[in-house]
Amino acid sequence: MSSNKKYWKSVEELNENSSIVEALRNNEFVEEIPTNEFLSDAESLSNSSTSRRDFLKYVGFSTAAATLVACEGPVHKSIPYVLQPEQIIPGVADYYATSVFDGFDFANLLVKTREGRPIKIDNNTMPGAKFAANARIHASVLSMYDSMRLKQPKIAGKTATWADVDSNIKSGITMAKSNGKQVVLLTNTLASPSTEKLIGEFLAKNPNAKHVIYDAVSSSETLDAFEMVYGERALVDYDFSKASLIVSVDADFLGDWQGGSYDSSYSKGRIPNNGKMSRHFQLEANMTLSGAAADKRFPMTVANQKQALVKIYNIVTNSSVATSKFDNEDAVIKAAQQLKAAGSKGVLVSGIEDKNAQLLVLAINQALSSEAFTTAGTRQIRKGSNAKVTQLLADMKAGTVGTLVMSGVNPVYTLPNSGDFVSALKKVALSISFSLKEDETASLTTIAAAAPHYLESWNDVAIVKGSYGITQPTIRPLFDTKQFQEVLMSLNGNAGSYYDYLKANASSIVSGSTWNKVLHDGIYVGVSSPASASPADYTTAANTLAASKRAAGFELVMYTKTGLGDGQQANNPWLQEFPDPITRVSWDNYVTVSRKDAEKLGLENHNVADGGLNGSYVTLTVNGATLENVPVIIQPGQALGTLGLAFGYGKKAALKEAMQVGVNAYTLYNNFNNVQSATIKKAAGEHEFACVQSQKTLMGRGDIIKETTLEIFNTKDAAEWNEVPKVSLDHKEVDATSVDLWTPFDRSVGHHFNLSIDLNACTGCGACVIACHAENNVPVVGKEEVRRSRDMHWLRIDRYYSSEDTFAHDNEKKENFKGLFGDKGSLGGFGEMEQAADNPQVAFQPVMCQHCNHAPCETVCPVAATSHSRQGQNHMAYNRCVGTRYCANNCPYKVRRFNWFLYNKNNEFDYHMNDDLGRMVLNPDVNARSRGVMEKCSMCIQMTQATILSAKRDGRAIVDGEFQTACSNACSSGAMIFGDVNDEASKVKALAEEDRMYHLLEHVGTKPNVFYHVKVRNT
Amino acid sequence: MSHIYDANIRKPLVIGDKSYHDVTVDVAAPVEGKANKHWWIVFSIALAAFLWGVSCIIYTISTGIGTWGLNKTVGWAWDITNFVWWVGIGHAGTLISAVLLLFRQRWRMAINRSAEAMTIFSVIQAGLFPIIHMGRPWLAYWVLPIPNQFGSLWVNFNSPLLWDVFAISTYLSVSLVFWWTGLLPDFAMIRDRAVNPFQKRIYTILSFGWSGRAKDWQRFEEVSLVLAGLATPLVLSVHTIVSMDFATSVIPGWHTTIFPPYFVAGAVFSGFAMVNTLLIIMRKVSNLEAYITIQHIELMNIIIMITGSIVGVAYITELFIAWYSGVEYEQYAFLNRATGPYWWAYWSMMTCNVFSPQFMWFKKLRTSIMFSFIISIVVNIGMWFERFVIIVTSLHRDYLPSSWTMFSPTFVDIGIFIGTIGFFFVLFLLYARTFPVIAQAEVKTILKATGEKYIREREANKHSHHE
Repeated sequence: MSSNKKYWKSVEELNENSSIVEALRNNEFVEEIPTNEFLSDAESLSNSSTSRRDFLKYVGFSTAAATLVACEGPVHKSIPYVLQPEQIIPGVADYYATSVFDGFDFANLLVKTREGRPIKIDNNTMPGAKFAANARIHASVLSMYDSMRLKQPKIAGKTATWADVDSNIKSGITMAKSNGKQVVLLTNTLASPSTEKLIGEFLAKNPNAKHVIYDAVSSSETLDAFEMVYGERALVDYDFSKASLIVSVDADFLGDWQGGSYDSSYSKGRIPNNGKMSRHFQLEANMTLSGAAADKRFPMTVANQKQALVKIYNIVTNSSVATSKFDNEDAVIKAAQQLKAAGSKGVLVSGIEDKNAQLLVLAINQALSSEAFTTAGTRQIRKGSNAKVTQLLADMKAGTVGTLVMSGVNPVYTLPNSGDFVSALKKVALSISFSLKEDETASLTTIAAAAPHYLESWNDVAIVKGSYGITQPTIRPLFDTKQFQEVLMSLNGNAGSYYDYLKANASSIVSGSTWNKVLHDGIYVGVSSPASASPADYTTAANTLAASKRAAGFELVMYTKTGLGDGQQANNPWLQEFPDPITRVSWDNYVTVSRKDAEKLGLENHNVADGGLNGSYVTLTVNGATLENVPVIIQPGQALGTLGLAFGYGKKAALKEAMQVGVNAYTLYNNFNNVQSATIKKAAGEHEFACVQSQKTLMGRGDIIKETTLEIFNTKDAAEWNEVPKVSLDHKEVDATSVDLWTPFDRSVGHHFNLSIDLNACTGCGACVIACHAENNVPVVGKEEVRRSRDMHWLRIDRYYSSEDTFAHDNEKKENFKGLFGDKGSLGGFGEMEQAADNPQVAFQPVMCQHCNHAPCETVCPVAATSHSRQGQNHMAYNRCVGTRYCANNCPYKVRRFNWFLYNKNNEFDYHMNDDLGRMVLNPDVNARSRGVMEKCSMCIQMTQATILSAKRDGRAIVDGEFQTACSNACSSGAMIFGDVNDEASKVKALAEEDRMYHLLEHVGTKPNVFYHVKVRNT
Repeated sequence: MSHIYDANIRKPLVIGDKSYHDVTVDVAAPVEGKANKHWWIVFSIALAAFLWGVSCIIYTISTGIGTWGLNKTVGWAWDITNFVWWVGIGHAGTLISAVLLLFRQRWRMAINRSAEAMTIFSVIQAGLFPIIHMGRPWLAYWVLPIPNQFGSLWVNFNSPLLWDVFAISTYLSVSLVFWWTGLLPDFAMIRDRAVNPFQKRIYTILSFGWSGRAKDWQRFEEVSLVLAGLATPLVLSVHTIVSMDFATSVIPGWHTTIFPPYFVAGAVFSGFAMVNTLLIIMRKVSNLEAYITIQHIELMNIIIMITGSIVGVAYITELFIAWYSGVEYEQYAFLNRATGPYWWAYWSMMTCNVFSPQFMWFKKLRTSIMFSFIISIVVNIGMWFERFVIIVTSLHRDYLPSSWTMFSPTFVDIGIFIGTIGFFFVLFLLYARTFPVIAQAEVKTILKATGEKYIREREANKHSHHE
């Protein structure tokens, strides 16, 4: 349709004859355009280098370029599955049961995977899966995503293919055969029936081959003793829950003694039940987790411990072997008498690496017919023999070893005489090391064979005799790696893969079950009958032990730390940053010295202006071997005349620079004996420690860690030993908990989460700390920042020493302060209380956000970034946080952590969050926090929400135990119980109503949702 | 007011033979003249310090608060210490101009302009810290209750930090308006004297078209009185609210009901000290000894002495209450303050704030310019330590001994503090060269009543009548 409308452009148009209208109609430009003038200047036009076309090109290009630049935004490449893998639903976690043994640590696990990548280690809770993960196993998932792993095989330092490796090994073996030389398989303890079978087949095929088992931290003497009596090279798997009296002579069974993992059975007996709990005596040189948990602890040199052990032997078995005098003799005699009286309810364990001492342990437990001591289901996790390793070294030196295949060992790092090994290695024609890393050994061998991580491998493991666990891969191998077993199979000429071999082999073991079921459960429990003891000459052993003389100088007692263990995972930033449960020092090992010895030697620990801990350096000399610049920690509870030093540090190869910390204690590990005679000399300079706790003692603040004795607990009213703080209300003394500044909310509807922490059960093992780290993407900040008191741990385990001999005496001392000055004055008194006793009582207290119902942090945030939920959690909205830190200041528990810097994708913090591989471990359900925001424990709200949602989807009620947090899941000692207190049937509800329940700093009126249980000591 | 004659025992407030014109010339001289070498030297130092502070702030904001010495236990240290210190200094201006106006204290007229300038400049310094101490200062506007698109997010009215936002911004705006109102006739005076057209143009704008008509003067008087009425409660409220940052918390050493009056007294104390510091220099440099007399300094010294003693009583009360409360955490907090690792900070505070002002009991000392100057510096050092002591020694050892640690500043902490001092002096030096530093219009109103010349003439007249 055409329009009839006429649009007037000017008044002139009214006049039909207007010349202007006419002119405009004919000519758009009324005035003449001076084109002639412009074009006539031909000269300058031709001189110009820019043509009109050029001009247009430039304009076009620059416009297009500007447009394109403006369009660029951040591009996140996310590629959907082309073929969706079966059972992988984005956003939904899958769990795989697996069992692991890495030559040092072992556990029955449930591995959480998200979108096909393992991100978290949980404990397998199937019946029979009795070994829970320790801190190192929890951290091991990060070791898989280690960007410094050996990514493909290397021959003579050059990248090679597996075909080359195979043919090289084959020809090496043939050559050794033809030259009449040995082929040696040097491995860690395998505890793997299928691998052992493969090795057996290999040995059968190659008569010149032999298998040498080497444990970096040796239990050889203990194994020898057990083998001598019971004919089996294994370790006893004690059941401490059956013991009412535990005497431990230098056995840190809550630590790594015999592989550890005793905390769950130990803690069962430590929670007062019907007025009873076990009693625990500990004789030890270093302060250990077990010593910290003990009811009575006697710091003694190992030489004295040997005398004490003979004394106990005398008393329990009515023998009379002569002993020389030793410290705490009376107390030890009393303990021995109690042990004897306890009979089958008593147990004695010892960590003294001496065959005679271990024979006495067997003798004593036999005499007691101890229930906790059982020879059925022995531990298979240590098999190494010192003699055989020594022999191998001699053979290598002699040049009789033609081919050396190593797997899971790093002798160049762990052998005391590693120089000898290195030179002997040169005489070996072909050496192969299967290793995760191009470590000290793999970088010297002919072939560095890239081995997969256990989360990428198939294997089986028999941790204890009779049980059988499958190690299954949870992800396709990240790199071009091959298992040692696969190579063995090709050497043996076996067809198929190791998986097929494993499956076939398993069917003969798992009688009455199926492969699928065992794979699903991760564990199969068979039967194991007790071994029968052959008679042994214990008296001679006792006499020999009693006659052993104390060496001159200091006794250096080497141990493994909770963080790094034998040092396999030294490149794991979670473990490096993990504060040692006892010293609370991270990123270091150090020599521990008693206060009195330190004074004699002029050694010092002091805090500098920013709170950082400094310590003197010493030079340690053992049998000619010297360790320079070993930092010193003055350790309360360290036995006089002894020194402690941890293995696992001082590694250099295949480690990020930040992780190359500490000194290598293995260099002093002569004859695989962890007790050495050492000389110690002060060296110049001071070491800067990264210690997260500068105040060692509780300062008599008995309301923080409430404790009592079993006697009082059994006989007195709870109000006496678990007193609720009082406040004055209308001039009447009332319970502080009954007074409320605020109108309370109705919390009876829906879920209301509470976390219970039993201070009796907590051993301070630190598994929860690492589990929390992994679950919540807690950043690693490095040594410097930890030193500046900026550790980011959401969950910490506070460790307190008493200043007097017991905490009770601390409280008493404080109560009795009179005035400011004088003997009982508080001025001097508090100063004294800052110093720990020489043999203090120790208490652990896990502290995380207490999720106060009346949270001081919530009221002070100007932007309401932290607020309370209906379910009891104290929320933290990172996106809303502007970072005033007011909340952290006002938190009486000091659990809030601030992002002082950007901790991810920042080269200044070159840990796992700064590389693409390391970031794979991050939990996608928890965001990584940016710089400048506050963070803290969320009570694992992502886990409780997931539980609620899945129950809702299934249309069912949630049963008790489904609600978990990372820490409660990781806690194998039963110290942490999480749940819904609105569920009347829940465990946590019952715990909340127990007499031992108290809240931390109750008098502040914060009404926390985390509560503790009074520690009861059976002294 | 010019008809109200002072009693004979009162000393003249303007000494020397100053006529109305002399006042005009004296006040306009620094503006109209050229800066001397000393001004340039001091200005350069201040500017350098300021720029150093700016670079430290840029470093902080671009890298993170981790560049400071703070840690998990001590979340505030120099930042909030500096904040409270500067806010405290800013108290004297309003007190002098508003409270003393209401109390008809005429001696305030010579100093109120500079005191108020000092107030505004120090509140600007103070205002910097709450912003830059944030982990994410680019989101600082979130603390303002502005309608937003973030959902139903609103500020938390329970938080004393939010009260601070209101208190400080109100204080700054009222002070600024009050100051400017007073400046109008004086700007007009400079405008009228200006020969340089550019200068004339500027002062025309600044004087808001002041015409000097009677109606102008009437409104001026009225608005001054109204603003004084408005500003007076602010003198008390600002530092009361700042003190609530601490008082409403649960941390021993912070959780103290005595804080509001104690903080206000401390603020007036430090503010007067700073006025003394500045004016003792300015009266010399700008030849204003006739207007800012020894008597002014003496009066300010007396206020310093009184407020210093109030602060001292507060300190002792705190110790007493800690003991009397019977709360072990409270007791330890104060024992630790006085005898713990930061004992030196506590005793510096005690010495500077409580002991040093007591010298002012001696007339000879309080009328000594040099001594007043030294004490004014000492007092402000002491007041800085007071805030440091409150903040750091309370935080570094609170409830759980496991979290106890120490604080040590980094070069950035120090740099930012020095930077604010530099910024303050940059502003003040620019002010001294471009603003009428004495409220000359007001001084002229009392010239006849309290000017030495007129008193002498009046006396002479009186005598001649009698004769």
